[in-house]
Parts: sequence; structure tokens; C-alpha cells
Amino acid sequence: MSDIADRVKKIVVEHLSVEEDKVVESASFIDDLGADSLDTVELVMAFEEEFGIEIPDDAAETIQTFGDAVKFISEAQ
Amino acid sequence: MFDLTGKTALITGASGGIGGAIATALHGAGATVGLSGTRTGPLEALAAELGDRVHVLPCNLSDAEAVNALPKQAVEAMGSVDILVNNAGITRDNLFMRMSEEEWASVLEVNLTSTFRLCKGVLRGMMKARWGRIVNISSVVGATGNPGQGNYAAAKAGMIGMSKSLAYEVASRGITVNAVAPGFIETAMTDKLNDEQKAAILNQIPSGRMGSPEEIAAAVLYLSSAEAGYVTGATLHVNGGMAML
Repeated sequence: MSDIADRVKKIVVEHLSVEEDKVVESASFIDDLGADSLDTVELVMAFEEEFGIEIPDDAAETIQTFGDAVKFISEAQ
Repeated sequence: MFDLTGKTALITGASGGIGGAIATALHGAGATVGLSGTRTGPLEALAAELGDRVHVLPCNLSDAEAVNALPKQAVEAMGSVDILVNNAGITRDNLFMRMSEEEWASVLEVNLTSTFRLCKGVLRGMMKARWGRIVNISSVVGATGNPGQGNYAAAKAGMIGMSKSLAYEVASRGITVNAVAPGFIETAMTDKLNDEQKAAILNQIPSGRMGSPEEIAAAVLYLSSAEAGYVTGATLHVNGGMAML
């Protein structure tokens, strides 16, 4: 697994208090990992800080799963 | 009680009577304060009076870019914004049938839209800190209406609905959002009224007097405190009984 995926996973595990093995590529933050809509906003904030990138609101809305987040951040870097 | 030592507060309209009293009260409780307003002179004067733990952050609230930049400037100056007091406001009174689009829009822009922008700008830091206090200064006329103030009353009522909606969204993060609705308060604005106008107003106030800016500041201090952590989405009416809501 890439370095980016590891770092994203760490943030998700810490923020949503979920088991690491549940954070798979297709895992939806809201449907599978128990996030509410405000959690997803906070996750995006945390990604922005961890990776030093800006994630605009319209792009943030497309980040629904762990895989989406890793893909977006990999492309943004 | 109500110790704000170590907290940082951004207050808009701090050059006015009520804003100055709010800044003084929060500062007196130990907070570091960021004084914002359009007129630099009065802000500098207040800063000199308060001494340390004070930053002057001039901002024209009708300028969207300046408003969006203000929370960042406040964080640069103070390290954070733990408490936001949206106190700044303007009036452009006119009879409804004569009110221009410009009079309507400018009052909504400064009183309501700038409040939205500033709330948005400080939320990220408050969410991370899992602590925050937002106090929006509304007005009794937001609840009762007032002839000649269709624009102002709409903006002030809008602040209450906005505060409640935001309060729902962020309550789980330790952030409270409340409104304070002053009645008639002794300020430069009410000084301009003649004796006849004042007598007519006092007739409607059960306590028989106008309020002081310090009495508004005390309400803001309470809502800014750790002790008020379970109070959110509320509107605290400070009006001498003029409207019991």
C-alpha cells in the first residue's frame, strides 16, 4: 500500500474510531464507517492539513470512499 | 465564574458603544481580544485604554474579500479565534414603500451576510479545537418588527434563524451559537433622539429606562463562557421587558 493510503487510513481510523481492517478501498465514510456529514467535512480538513493541499467544496463532495480520498490526494500532489 | 483567561475573542463593531463594552467585558474576564471595525481611530483608542492582550483588526464589512480575510488575520494576530461576536451593524431606515434596493441590500450585506462569512471563517479552528463560542448580536426589532426598519428587522431576524441552524450543526463539536437581542440601549445612536422621542420609547419599556451597553456585554460574556456550554441556539433578550419573548 502506498504511503498516501497509509496516511489517509491513519486519519480515518483516528477520526472515526473504526478498525483499521474496515478501511478498505470501497468503504464509504458515511455508509460503512459511520461518519455523519460533519465528519466528512472534518476528514477533508484533516486531509488538507496532512498533505498541504486545498480541496475545493465541489471536489470534496465527490470524495465518498476511502478509495476516492486516496485517488484525489494522489492526483493533487 | 466566567473566566476567559487564555481564550481569544474577535469582536466586530468594536468602535461602537455596545461593541466597545463587549470587548471591555471579555478583556476584563481575561480574554485576548481582536477589535474589528471600520473606523481605526476609535479602535486604537479602545486598544490603548485596554492595554495588553489587544489587537486592532480594521475591516470594512461591506467588502466581501476583507470580511473573508478577517478570520485569518485574527488567527495570525491571536493564534486562534475561540469566541466570535458579530456585533457590527448598520441601519438605512426608510418606509417600506420608499425603500430602495440599495438600502435593502446594504443592510442585509453588512448585518447578515458578513455574519455568515465570519462564522464560516472561524468554524474550522473551532471544530479542530472542539470548543467555540459564537454570539450574534441581533435586535428586539428582529422579533417584533419596527416601522421604517424592514431591512434591519429582516437582517436581525435572519441572524437568529442562521444562529439556530448553525447551532444544530456544530453542537456535537463543543461549539455553541447564540444570539443576544438588545432593546433600546444608550449609545451614540440613541443620543440623537429628542426628549419627546425618548419619552415615547420609555413608555413602552416596563423597567422605565434604556439599557446600558454594559448590560448587553454581560449577556455576551455569559454566552462566551465555559459555564454556558449547554446553552445553544438561544436568543437572550435584554430589553427591560419591552418585549417578553
